[in-house]
Amino acid sequence: MNQELLERVRTRLVSEGREPEFAHGLLALSLPRPALLDTVRLLKGEFGFDLFLDVTAVDWPGRDPRFDVVFHFYSTRDHVRVRLKTAVPENDPVVDSLVPLFGSAAFMERECHDMYGIEFRGNADLRPILLYEGFQGHPLRKDYPKEREQPLVRYRK
Amino acid sequence: MMVFAALRLGNGDGMNQGDQKTGAFEYLTTRKDELIGWARKFSIFPYPFVTACCAMEFMSVSSTLYDTDRFGAALPRFSPRQSDLLMVVGTITHKQAPILKKVYEQMCEPKWVMAFGVCATSGGFYQNYAALQGIDKIIPVDVYIPGCPPRPESVIDGIMQLQDRIAGSKHPIINETF
Repeated sequence: MNQELLERVRTRLVSEGREPEFAHGLLALSLPRPALLDTVRLLKGEFGFDLFLDVTAVDWPGRDPRFDVVFHFYSTRDHVRVRLKTAVPENDPVVDSLVPLFGSAAFMERECHDMYGIEFRGNADLRPILLYEGFQGHPLRKDYPKEREQPLVRYRK
Repeated sequence: MMVFAALRLGNGDGMNQGDQKTGAFEYLTTRKDELIGWARKFSIFPYPFVTACCAMEFMSVSSTLYDTDRFGAALPRFSPRQSDLLMVVGTITHKQAPILKKVYEQMCEPKWVMAFGVCATSGGFYQNYAALQGIDKIIPVDVYIPGCPPRPESVIDGIMQLQDRIAGSKHPIINETF
């Protein structure tokens, strides 16, 4: 674990409303929405975080803003991870797409859009990837009923 | 003599009158069903519709140690048109359901369906937006095999129950009565 590098990243990023802290041996960073793309560009260009691991969301019902969008990055040179977290409200669940920086983001953003209904500005193809056309709602949101089924084939009898 | 009588009845205008007198026609039909049932129960060509981890147990039961070839049910046909038994092995999601339905419809009569494992039987522990709660919601099922995954012994038991069912049922080959 390259603690020294993470410390450098932390001191470099602690500004503009970003709050870096260490959690479970990785650097976790909360940041405001507009700072996302710049921060990722900095991580990729300056610190060599060249692998985009995942994007997902966390639903906090009752909290405002309701969703956290969570990104993970990995440096294949230094073997360290960074987590970015940004909060988005329910009525405007939009964040910038990372497709210009990481091509692999396209599919992962589609999945996140399926499951949580987060819009990724700049991702041209947000068709369902795991769900199917015509599926109503977003199943990993906490207010999606557990028993609600949307079958494609008519049931017998 | 009885065969002769039945054939004459079959050729004539009415099967019923002579039939009621002698019972010969019923007798012949029963023997015919028995013969065809015996033949069919030992030539079950399965179509493995394998979607999930139960496949491992399916491989185990169809290969050497448990050897479903003993029951004539070992030769998998990878075309639904050539197969008799649709083995649904694993979880069926709502997205997969139209494909399963189409495969079932492509199979020729006579056909049987086996729900292999608890997911195909009832959805298992997947009680959520994605999983179909049992394949019998969309296609008729002849034999259910519980287990997650089922042991090979359960599968063999299921196959034998299906064989009994095939042997004991009617096998019309010309029209509904014969």
